[in-house]
Amino acid sequence: MEQILGNLSLLAEFPVINLKIIVDGLMIGSLFALAAYGLALVWGVMNVKNLAQGDFVIAGGYVSWWLAGLGLPPLLGVAAAFAVMWAVGWVVYKLVITRVIERDMFTSLLATFGLAIMMAQILNLLFGSDTQSIQLQYDTLYFFDGFIDVPIAKLLGVLLAALLAAGVILFMKASRMGQAIRATAQDARAARVLGIDTEKVYAFTFSLNAAICGAAGAIIVMVWVIQPFYGISYSIRSFVIVTAAGLGNLPGVIAAGLGIGALEQYGAHIFGIGYQQAVAVLLLLLVLVVRLVQQRRMRRSLQ
Amino acid sequence: MSAIIEIRGVTKSFGGVVANKNLSMTVEAGGITGLIGPNGSGKTTLFNSIVGYHPIDAGSIKFEGREISKLPVQKIARLGLLRTFQQTRIYGAMNCVENMLISLPHRKMRLAQSFARNSAAERKRAAGLLEFVGLYEKRLLRAGSLSFGQQKLLEFAMALMNEPTGLLLDEPTAGINPTLINGLVDRLKRANREFGITLFIIEHNMRVIMDMADTIYCLAHGEMLAHGAPREVQNDRRVIDAYLGAH
Amino acid sequence: MSGARKSAGMPIEARRIALYLVLIALMLAAPFLFPGFRTQLAALWLMIVVALAWDMTGGQMGYNSLGNVFFYGTGMYVAAVITIALAYDVGEYTSAAGGGIHAFTDAQYFAGMALGIIGAGVFCAVCALLIGYITFGLRGPYFAIGTLGVAIAAGELVSNWEWVGGGQGISLPVYPGDLETGKVVFYFLFAAAGIALFVLLRWLYTTRFGAAMNAVRDDEEKAEAMGLHTLRYKLAAWSIAAFFVGAAGAISAFQLIHFEPLETAYQTINLGIFMVVCVLLGGKGTLWGPVVGAVLFHVFKEVTWNYLLGWQWVALGALIVVTVVYFQEGVMGYLMRRKPEWFGIRVGREAE
Repeated sequence: MEQILGNLSLLAEFPVINLKIIVDGLMIGSLFALAAYGLALVWGVMNVKNLAQGDFVIAGGYVSWWLAGLGLPPLLGVAAAFAVMWAVGWVVYKLVITRVIERDMFTSLLATFGLAIMMAQILNLLFGSDTQSIQLQYDTLYFFDGFIDVPIAKLLGVLLAALLAAGVILFMKASRMGQAIRATAQDARAARVLGIDTEKVYAFTFSLNAAICGAAGAIIVMVWVIQPFYGISYSIRSFVIVTAAGLGNLPGVIAAGLGIGALEQYGAHIFGIGYQQAVAVLLLLLVLVVRLVQQRRMRRSLQ
Repeated sequence: MSAIIEIRGVTKSFGGVVANKNLSMTVEAGGITGLIGPNGSGKTTLFNSIVGYHPIDAGSIKFEGREISKLPVQKIARLGLLRTFQQTRIYGAMNCVENMLISLPHRKMRLAQSFARNSAAERKRAAGLLEFVGLYEKRLLRAGSLSFGQQKLLEFAMALMNEPTGLLLDEPTAGINPTLINGLVDRLKRANREFGITLFIIEHNMRVIMDMADTIYCLAHGEMLAHGAPREVQNDRRVIDAYLGAH
Repeated sequence: MSGARKSAGMPIEARRIALYLVLIALMLAAPFLFPGFRTQLAALWLMIVVALAWDMTGGQMGYNSLGNVFFYGTGMYVAAVITIALAYDVGEYTSAAGGGIHAFTDAQYFAGMALGIIGAGVFCAVCALLIGYITFGLRGPYFAIGTLGVAIAAGELVSNWEWVGGGQGISLPVYPGDLETGKVVFYFLFAAAGIALFVLLRWLYTTRFGAAMNAVRDDEEKAEAMGLHTLRYKLAAWSIAAFFVGAAGAISAFQLIHFEPLETAYQTINLGIFMVVCVLLGGKGTLWGPVVGAVLFHVFKEVTWNYLLGWQWVALGALIVVTVVYFQEGVMGYLMRRKPEWFGIRVGREAE
């Protein structure tokens, strides 16, 4: 308790620390938003709630880390992770997801939970349970007399995330496939009647989601650390963000992603680093309760 | 007679579309009140507002003198005001008798009482009501395997099992075999007379509603067009125009 | 027709009684027939308890909790704290963490065990009421994720809570007396919990309460529109389930002697998901399904675990996926569909 109060008074005494926390939070939050965008895509288009979302992220990170170990430049690793996870997503879709789309929600949730366990364990067997990261040889920028340090690597990560997001959004708006995906999300039956091959759309959407997650993971491994069992917390963060923002609300997803990144950094700063995971989960519960109260007012329940 | 449902100045809009505009009506206790109007005139919206499926924008809805416009569905149902659905809702995986037994008036049951099996009297009542709607022969069939019309009758019997004070019926004769409609009208009247249940009915079949109701309200474009005794409404110029589309 | 049914019905009833008698005899004799497997047999009963409890909300009410393991972990901690508090100061005891010698008399141990098991059950039942009041407003996937969140959050918070030992966990005294006797005692404690829950549910599912549970599962909106106290039924069912899971957790605490928060107590991806798999394997929403599923799953797990050389967790994940995708009706669901007459279900024309 004393420590918490101490941390709080530190924040009040040195306002610039707040700025540092927020900058850090926004940087990592942009990556959360990326994974959450993928979840919202899959959720909206095929009504699959993917609990393996975070494990796609971590798997992408390991792809990049492993290739970097072989000498591949980390920036190319992002592209490689995107490609490899696209393939993984496609295989997962064909083996599992295609069979759970028409079923009740718990089926998809549980099937992807099973997948999450499998993926985490496979990564553990392949790469061991130590935390891993890629060290980039870039400078660090300092502001406010060194109070705020922004490694260029992190900036680069944010930039990459933004580029990737922009590319995906542009693709969804402009391409034929993007249009087909959006049509299917609105009404799959009508889309089928109009000659859209929804099975192909689903496969594409799920692969795209896995690829986005993979790229996010490849960025995360450059600016943070990964570990085989970190997946679940990324899944939960994605759920928090999508639940808070709602489906099909892109600015909301970005805002919620950045917000949760910042809140988690605050939580870690105030309560200590041991609580970081707990803060993520408690945010989930908080968001659910808030949404619930909103729905109550509408005489409805959250479904 | 006294009012059992009082609706005063109820307005409900969805986005920019006003589905109910400043509606006021009174449902008399013990009677049969009809609600008519062309498709899209806001009848089902009003029913949903009354039983608590969505919040209303303005106005007041009272049931037995108590404001219910802010209560959720279950609480309103527990006051004794029930509704049936336009697209029937029954428990498809259970058989008819089970459907009836689960429809017991749970509002009168304390938690401790729910930890008991159904009594012989309840089973007898369930069988009696199934007989009343003509489904006794089918009582052990899965409810989901019944025809649409039969499911509708089952839903009606389930509502009666619940011993409501007021019952809102959304198009009870839609989808029912025309040869069976007279029998259903007869049963609705008997439910009203013998069980003392106040009925508030949305109906498209003019012959049926004119035959049953004491009072009729007619909506068009979400607004009240006319109300009064069946004969008055039937001869109202505006009602005829609304139905013929000269509006 | 009716005469034929009656004569076909009699042997079924007789066979059923015979089956129960054989099972009871087997249950009583098992730890002495297979003395080498007492711990595994006890674990089997634990699986049966948590699977039956999970099915109460998951199978009978359609509320798929991924967080029932919260009650297991909480039960462990409550039992440990009660037992320790009877003899020592809890904070001092845990800060010594094995360094200090803390002797318990037999009386303290058994009093702690009795109070701990009951106390854990009651505490978890109350927790279920409090948590359920919020989470039961959530439907479908939100409920599953919300409850999963509760379990994960609890594990994280407890592992930061030094008073109960933090991430190091907490130790209880060893069973006073012969080791093998201890194993038999734990076996029968778990078995008693399992049988009590089974008998309770066998009765409960025939009551109005049981019918209301199924109504919530089949069409909750209709149940609400008919004025059922859906929240009340959901809370009551979940708190009964929580009582048994909490009590089972308490027994585990004494059996395991030492446990820590993340891997043992709030083991979200082990026991938390095992119980769901058991129910799915055996058949959701049936009385025997969870029991059959627990036996199948446990045997599968015990037999294959050591031969999979580190791949067992991957195999487990695969088992979940395969069960969910290809065999969701489970053994009992399959039998009910293929052999409805075994269950006295009448279909089609036969019913008229």
